[in-house]
Amino acid sequence: MIRSAALAATLALASFAAAPAALAQSGKVTVVTSFSKDVTDPIKAAFEKANPGISLDVQNRNTNAGVKYLDETRSNPQTDLFWASAPDAFEVLKSKQLLQKFTPTAEGIPDKIGAYPINDPDGYYFGFAASGYGIMWNTRYVGANELPEPKEWNDLAAAPYYDHVAIASPARSGTTHLTIETILQGEGWDKGWQTIKDMAGNFQTITDRSFGVPEAVNSGQVGYGIVIDFFAFSAQGSGFPVKFVYPTVTTVVPANVGIVANAPNTENAQKFVNFLLSPAGQEVLLEPSIRRLPVNPAVYAKAPEGYPNPFTDPRFKSMTMFDVEKSGKRTAVVDTLFDQLISFQLDDLKSVTKSIHEVEGKLKAKDNPQARALIKEARALIGAVPVTEEQASSAEVRAAFSGGKEKGARQAEIEQQWASFAKDNYAKAKAKVAEAAALAN
Amino acid sequence: MSLAFTQAPARRWRVPGTTGQIALALGLAAFLLAFLLVPVGSVIYVAFTEKGSGSFTLINFADFFRTDLFMRSFWNSAYVSAMTVVLASLFALPLAYITTRFEFRGALIIQTLGFVPLIMPPFVGAVAMQLLFGRNGSVNLLLNEYFGFRIPFMEGLNGVIFVQAIHYFPFILINLSAALRNIDRSMEEAAQNLGSSGMRMFRRIVLPLAMPGYVAGASLVFVKVFDDLATPLLLNVKDMLAPQAYLRVTSIGLTDPMGYVIAVVLIVVSVLAMWVSALALRGRDYATTQRGGGGLAKRTMRPWEQVVAYGVVGLILALVLAPHLGLLLLSFATIWSFSPLPDGFTVAHYARVFGESSVYIKNTLIYASIAGLIDVVVGTAIAYLVLRTKLIGRHWLDWAATAALAVPGVVLGIGYLRTFYDIRLPDGTPLATMWIVLVIALAIRRLPYALRACYAALQQISVSLEEAAENLGATKPRTVRRIVVPLMMGGILAGFVTSFATAAVELSATLMLVQSNADAPLAYGLYVFMQSAAGRGPGAALGVIAVVLVAACTLLSQYIIDRNQKTTGAAR
Repeated sequence: MIRSAALAATLALASFAAAPAALAQSGKVTVVTSFSKDVTDPIKAAFEKANPGISLDVQNRNTNAGVKYLDETRSNPQTDLFWASAPDAFEVLKSKQLLQKFTPTAEGIPDKIGAYPINDPDGYYFGFAASGYGIMWNTRYVGANELPEPKEWNDLAAAPYYDHVAIASPARSGTTHLTIETILQGEGWDKGWQTIKDMAGNFQTITDRSFGVPEAVNSGQVGYGIVIDFFAFSAQGSGFPVKFVYPTVTTVVPANVGIVANAPNTENAQKFVNFLLSPAGQEVLLEPSIRRLPVNPAVYAKAPEGYPNPFTDPRFKSMTMFDVEKSGKRTAVVDTLFDQLISFQLDDLKSVTKSIHEVEGKLKAKDNPQARALIKEARALIGAVPVTEEQASSAEVRAAFSGGKEKGARQAEIEQQWASFAKDNYAKAKAKVAEAAALAN
Repeated sequence: MSLAFTQAPARRWRVPGTTGQIALALGLAAFLLAFLLVPVGSVIYVAFTEKGSGSFTLINFADFFRTDLFMRSFWNSAYVSAMTVVLASLFALPLAYITTRFEFRGALIIQTLGFVPLIMPPFVGAVAMQLLFGRNGSVNLLLNEYFGFRIPFMEGLNGVIFVQAIHYFPFILINLSAALRNIDRSMEEAAQNLGSSGMRMFRRIVLPLAMPGYVAGASLVFVKVFDDLATPLLLNVKDMLAPQAYLRVTSIGLTDPMGYVIAVVLIVVSVLAMWVSALALRGRDYATTQRGGGGLAKRTMRPWEQVVAYGVVGLILALVLAPHLGLLLLSFATIWSFSPLPDGFTVAHYARVFGESSVYIKNTLIYASIAGLIDVVVGTAIAYLVLRTKLIGRHWLDWAATAALAVPGVVLGIGYLRTFYDIRLPDGTPLATMWIVLVIALAIRRLPYALRACYAALQQISVSLEEAAENLGATKPRTVRRIVVPLMMGGILAGFVTSFATAAVELSATLMLVQSNADAPLAYGLYVFMQSAAGRGPGAALGVIAVVLVAACTLLSQYIIDRNQKTTGAAR
């Protein structure tokens, strides 16, 4: 029995092994992407129509897994292109020499969008669509709970939003990382963290993938989500009852495409990049299920009414200048701080925040300066960060997160220090609020 | 796996086994080494290296115990796993007992339906559950409107316990049912002749004899929940061990040893749990010699008993199948947002997936059946070696295979890329890009399920049956083929079905190893759809197709078990 079963399995293997391998043919180009089918399908169709004989093979992986995959398969690449949102992922690939240089033929694409350069200055990757960060909300949820509509990041820290907000963890979502970094750069390190932590006290959940947030907002499980714009626009395009706003402190960042070093079909890969940046390729971005902002200003002439245009809309001009180098240096530190101070301490942080909201509510009815001072101290304790801006990008702190190359502090040690810093501070803040509550009664 | 059973000559050296058994053991060891230990080792050795120098150290484990977050996660995981076993038993015991002990119309359907929760397609399943049981799911929206309160089904650790119990109780159901069917009627008759009946007989005779099946199921549930990361992550519970390992390995901790330290802790706890469950059964004999009536006598129920039985079964099924009902609704829904029911219904989602899903379906069926087949062959072989031979180190095979349960899919996926990517096929493509590597990864991930089922089945067979066959001149391989395997058939099929069904919806290793759309299974197709707002409906439709497909295959194998038992029963 065992032997015959094993034999049958072997035979089955042999007969099936032949089938998929036969697919290999010359007119092909393989792309690794984090984009959903709704984005890739229309572009694939348009590309194949414009380039008959070439078929586009799409491999879906999330951004981190895609980077890891290219790294593990570098000895003999089977893929030609990497195609994803987060510019820092492309920086990582470039620094690991996993991309190759190319000069696209496309014309009419400016150097910058907002304050952000569209293409890699060294020619390793190219922006093809722009995205900004903001707040989306479910109108039914907000209506049913009689909640306000937010305009700025700070609004989300107000009492009515308690337990109604969702965000993805910046460590897992390249786009949320940029949002957090934008706030930190726009408002400054200390004030930025205060804003983030004040908001965080109102979080209902912190999801572990970017799409978890719009999914929760779309289905009405949470009211508000901190997301990249196209999540909201494509949800609107599919008919979900959601709205979106860009706060003043935000930035527009390009989503990119790059050709893999030693790609097996380099020539076809170049054709794809050229197509994506051509007017024909840019127009596909306007489809309701995609809804990204083209980088070719001329294409906006064909956009439906009310489509945001970062090249003419004055809001986008005032948006924050984004320092890629600064962000790149402290990526791991910022993400780990967020997780250790917020994600893994969320219950404590929420419970203090809730009491603060209650006390502040009472103080509105009957003021008490002493209680107000205590609340202010409590807020300062909550907002405190265990490292300064200089330390965050200093060599010794960064070394702890860079893997096993240098001796020094271990990641786990530093994390434990930061976690207990936050835990102590939240406990102290809680005590201050309790004191204030006694005074306010 | 072409391990030939060489004819064992009668000469016996001091070696405690026949050459055939030794060859089999070595073959299995090589298989596990090549496809589990080496790939996983290539990733997690980092746990034992010192930062900076790369030399051997245990400091990282000290860090693990010094970190509050990890200790909190550890105890949370242990608590959730234990409570899930309790709740899952509450779901599984009545279903298994009623359907195997009584003449119960629709027993076959119930056995199949009770199994369906195991087939929860990734992502869509989560969305469907949130839409039903979430904070603003159908149930809570209605409760809030009419009664002004909500029940936090899906919040915190208790939410994890609730969802895990619904998801994994079939492990207990399927193993316990197989064990109950395997009890010989003569045992029951003997008890009746001695004046025992009713609950007393159940407590003293039936349940103890079915213990191997229950323990196999319960230990699987415990370990699976301990190692599972999908459910905690879907509920955004992060302070449990498996999510901690996953979150680190997939983000900043990729090069940091801590993620792998947690993986090692997971593996150690899993193996320990299996060892404890084996200990619990040790020193007792669960085997029955006679093979008479083919399973327990089925009693007809009195009318009031019928009412109670149908009520209980209906209630449990309604609860555990609710997520699938939600999935079905979602697949026909236009927009479903903050409302008890969708705004409207459409079949457009099915039309959209119809064209492209056939390749996914074909791949899934091929991959999952081969993986299931590999699992039962390896599982039966390991169970046989552990229970029937005295080979030195045979338990290591069992433990190594069990450890697979605790290896995060991502770690296995990266390990496979590392180990097999540089092995080139004649045409220059790397071995790791062949779809068969994905199948082996699936088989390794699901091996523990099949192994436990085969193990429990073999525990219930008395060794004297084999001795009798050998006394009559049968060789060892012939005895295995003609006596052991046929008697284990129920357990083997249970193992196949579990491996097959869960492999069909496996995602994490799949995502790392899928090389092209043409080679992708259903779970990958689902992932691709579930990244966008417009993909939710088609994703749900694909999920429904996956569930129906796997359930149909399950029904088929249940039917075969039933028919087999009837024919073997009748033949005697």
